[in-house]
Amino acid sequence: MEKEKNHSRPVEESDVKDNSRRDFLKKSALMTAVALTPVAAAKAAELHIDERIAGAFEKMPLNVEINGVAHNLMVEPRSTLLDILREQLDLTGTKKGCDLGQCGACTVHVDGHRVNSCLTLGIMVNGKKVTTIEGLAKGNQLHPMQEAFLKHDGFQCGYCTPGQIMSAVACVREGHANSEHEIREYMSGNICRCGAYPNIVNAIQEVKEGGMAI
Amino acid sequence: MNKRTLNHPKSTTGTSRVDGRLKVTGGAKYAAEFNVKGLAYGVLVGATIAKGSIRSIDSKKAENAPGVLAVISHLNCPKIPGYAAEPAKAPIKIFYDDKVLYNGHAVALLIADTFERAQYAASLIKVEYNAQKHITSLKDNLGSAVAPPSDAEFKKGNPDAWQSAPFKVEQEYILPSEVHNPMELHAIVARWDAPDKLTVWDKTQGVKDTQSNLARIFGIPVENVQVHSKYVGGAFGSALQVWQHEVAAIIGAKVVKRPVKLMLTRADMFTSVGYRPLTWQKIGIGAAADGKLVGISHWATGQTSTYEDFAESPADVSRQLYACANLYTNNKILSLDVGSPIWMRGPGYATGTFALESAMDELSYQLNIDPVELRLINYAETDPETGKPYSGKSLREAYKMGAENIGWHSRPKKPGSMTEDGWLVGYGMSTGMFQADREPATVKATMNDDGSLILQTAVSDIGPGTATPMVLIASETMGIPIENIRFDLGDSAYPNAPQQGGSTIVSSVGSAVYLACIALKEKFQQLIGNGGTDKPDYAAVLKQHNLVKLEVVTDSKAGTEVDKYVMYSWSVHFIKVLVNPLTGVVKVDKATCVADSGRIISPKTARSQIIGGAIMGIGMALMEETVIDHRYGKVMNASFGDYHVPVQADIPQIEALFVNEPDLNINPLGAKGMGEISLIGMAAAVANAVYNATGKRVTELPITPDKLVGWGELS
Repeated sequence: MEKEKNHSRPVEESDVKDNSRRDFLKKSALMTAVALTPVAAAKAAELHIDERIAGAFEKMPLNVEINGVAHNLMVEPRSTLLDILREQLDLTGTKKGCDLGQCGACTVHVDGHRVNSCLTLGIMVNGKKVTTIEGLAKGNQLHPMQEAFLKHDGFQCGYCTPGQIMSAVACVREGHANSEHEIREYMSGNICRCGAYPNIVNAIQEVKEGGMAI
Repeated sequence: MNKRTLNHPKSTTGTSRVDGRLKVTGGAKYAAEFNVKGLAYGVLVGATIAKGSIRSIDSKKAENAPGVLAVISHLNCPKIPGYAAEPAKAPIKIFYDDKVLYNGHAVALLIADTFERAQYAASLIKVEYNAQKHITSLKDNLGSAVAPPSDAEFKKGNPDAWQSAPFKVEQEYILPSEVHNPMELHAIVARWDAPDKLTVWDKTQGVKDTQSNLARIFGIPVENVQVHSKYVGGAFGSALQVWQHEVAAIIGAKVVKRPVKLMLTRADMFTSVGYRPLTWQKIGIGAAADGKLVGISHWATGQTSTYEDFAESPADVSRQLYACANLYTNNKILSLDVGSPIWMRGPGYATGTFALESAMDELSYQLNIDPVELRLINYAETDPETGKPYSGKSLREAYKMGAENIGWHSRPKKPGSMTEDGWLVGYGMSTGMFQADREPATVKATMNDDGSLILQTAVSDIGPGTATPMVLIASETMGIPIENIRFDLGDSAYPNAPQQGGSTIVSSVGSAVYLACIALKEKFQQLIGNGGTDKPDYAAVLKQHNLVKLEVVTDSKAGTEVDKYVMYSWSVHFIKVLVNPLTGVVKVDKATCVADSGRIISPKTARSQIIGGAIMGIGMALMEETVIDHRYGKVMNASFGDYHVPVQADIPQIEALFVNEPDLNINPLGAKGMGEISLIGMAAAVANAVYNATGKRVTELPITPDKLVGWGELS
């Protein structure tokens, strides 16, 4: 059993040093899965040899560009994009507020569209481009939506804020920011318990009316 | 501060949050975001019965699942040193024995090397119970309520006076359980650095309290516990105590000899970190024909758990708000087989004010006196409870500002008499009040030879933006730009500060910052000698004297003024609602909230705090309610899909206005709190507006459409 594991660093495919094991996986993952009937798996578990076997065939390659950086990862198929970002890549700007797609705190862009990363399995974004809050600013220059949130105080505790901002940028790009009413409708998937809603509307309107390229 | 500028709608007046940049870039790190080396993940298993004991726990399958490091329960939990000394009524002692105290009470902790593995393996644990008959319904058991440990009963004059008044209202009210539901799930990362040395990254409103409580529970010296809580993603009261999951994670870290991260699920947030208690209330209020109150009597019974006597004294507001010779308040609690409640924004007052201000509104229609006028007729010039003077009170001005802003005097007075686009229109208002305290606080202030000023204290910030007013206070006092000032918080290594709760931080810590800056300036004066400027070039003075820094540690606390005055912040809420006559849907169309919070230090963050509280108040009025299925004693709507909180589409622009009159009797800044008063009174204002729109008086919150459809002549 692995006793030490540095979670601040992602598990890249290149980290799997045991080439023979990797080859074995590539060639025979399916065969192994079929051969390991539940009874055999349970037996393996009792004998404490589960870890290596299971750990190996539970993972799949994920090639994804996140904030302009290409990642070649090995992830479990059941891992959500949210958990991969937060727990494996240390991109903790994307927040977990419910894990059920009901609050919007985990909103990121996948190929330019806003999605709830808690409802998105990591392997679903294979070959795609993901943008998180960490990738919105250009170096030290904040994105206009980030500036507007600061100016209009579109947050308090800050926990829903990354999701609000990612959603707000998409809302404007989608053409759904043409009135206060429309903004409210199209921003209703992002809950803010501190109650910054009017300030968020004002921030989005300013960006929209400013006509800046976002 | 110019009042007109301060009260401008859609205002962006004032300094933006000094920690704002980190929050809009994802750089602010909350408790669960410290991915320390060797981290393992904990997942709790909650009891599925409301009362009884654990018969067996079968964790064999779970223990053999990939990546599992341990399964901990009362069967194998190491001895926790502090448990033995806990009083009979105390927070849950996790994994202490086989007793189940409520549905959701954590009975096991599974730890694995990844979150996914922990989550899956926890689902393999099979727990069997010996269930006993449980009681979870307040309404069916009101007769069993008892007096709380303190503040049970108050009498002034004749408690029955209201009954013989020519105009009177006798009404019962129900306020359901509400859950704080901050967006950040409660979470902790716990690491043992040595057998008697503990570090936690935790979601808490009081780092010093968490530090001392953990030291006591685990029997280690206080200085051996480090608590980090720099960013807290909301709390509203839910992080005012150490909960079972925090203790569980720390036990877990000890058992597996690795740091453990434990983040609650949203469903756990409904059962394991407190809530505003379901409360039954009754008001009897009477007045003479001229509107003068003859008597107010107020009874309240709130639910608590079987293991803690939580009481928030909702009836107290009725002996504090209005001038009246005959006052009676009676608070009771009822123990049920549920988790313990905890303070939630505006505790006691939010609940009590809904009843009192609904009753005042009802009385105003009986008397045919304008609701604002009725409140002015009974305006208290001194505290009705003690007869003492107020430290400051500009509530009269607040009524005036709010009424003007919303167009109160041109509203329809007769219920159901106005429509807009087929919707019924109604206006309502309410008062709010909350005690203005000043707690002891200590600040360390260091001026460096590069001209930077560092302020340090162990307060946490759950969202109001604490650092911003602190930096503004220091900037004004020292005469240096805010860019040169850093305010460090959220770390138990810093000097003492109170919990962030009860709207006390600007008054308490702000005063300490102010006094520390004064003390620091005096130190500079000693260096400079007589005749020097009050605000010198600090860096130059230090260099001149070959010093790298000058620092002070300054204590601040309330003095004898607390014996002389009673101290409150005040608020007034004015609401316009639209009610759909066919569906009973209520929309808040306009809201004006006026705060009498003394001097406003940081207008931008103050405005946001008022708006935020008002929005939570709209949730309280129209949608928030925890529903328990009493057959199982289980919360049935434990998600944002089922427990509705306000979303964007529910909320209009909200006007936040400030009287901005300094109250120099409470502290040298003249500033008072606003976190609570922003919410207190909102629910009554909405309910009163709904009455004005429909003629239907809803006394059981929330005001959902089913309570309004079929009200007869108005549909």
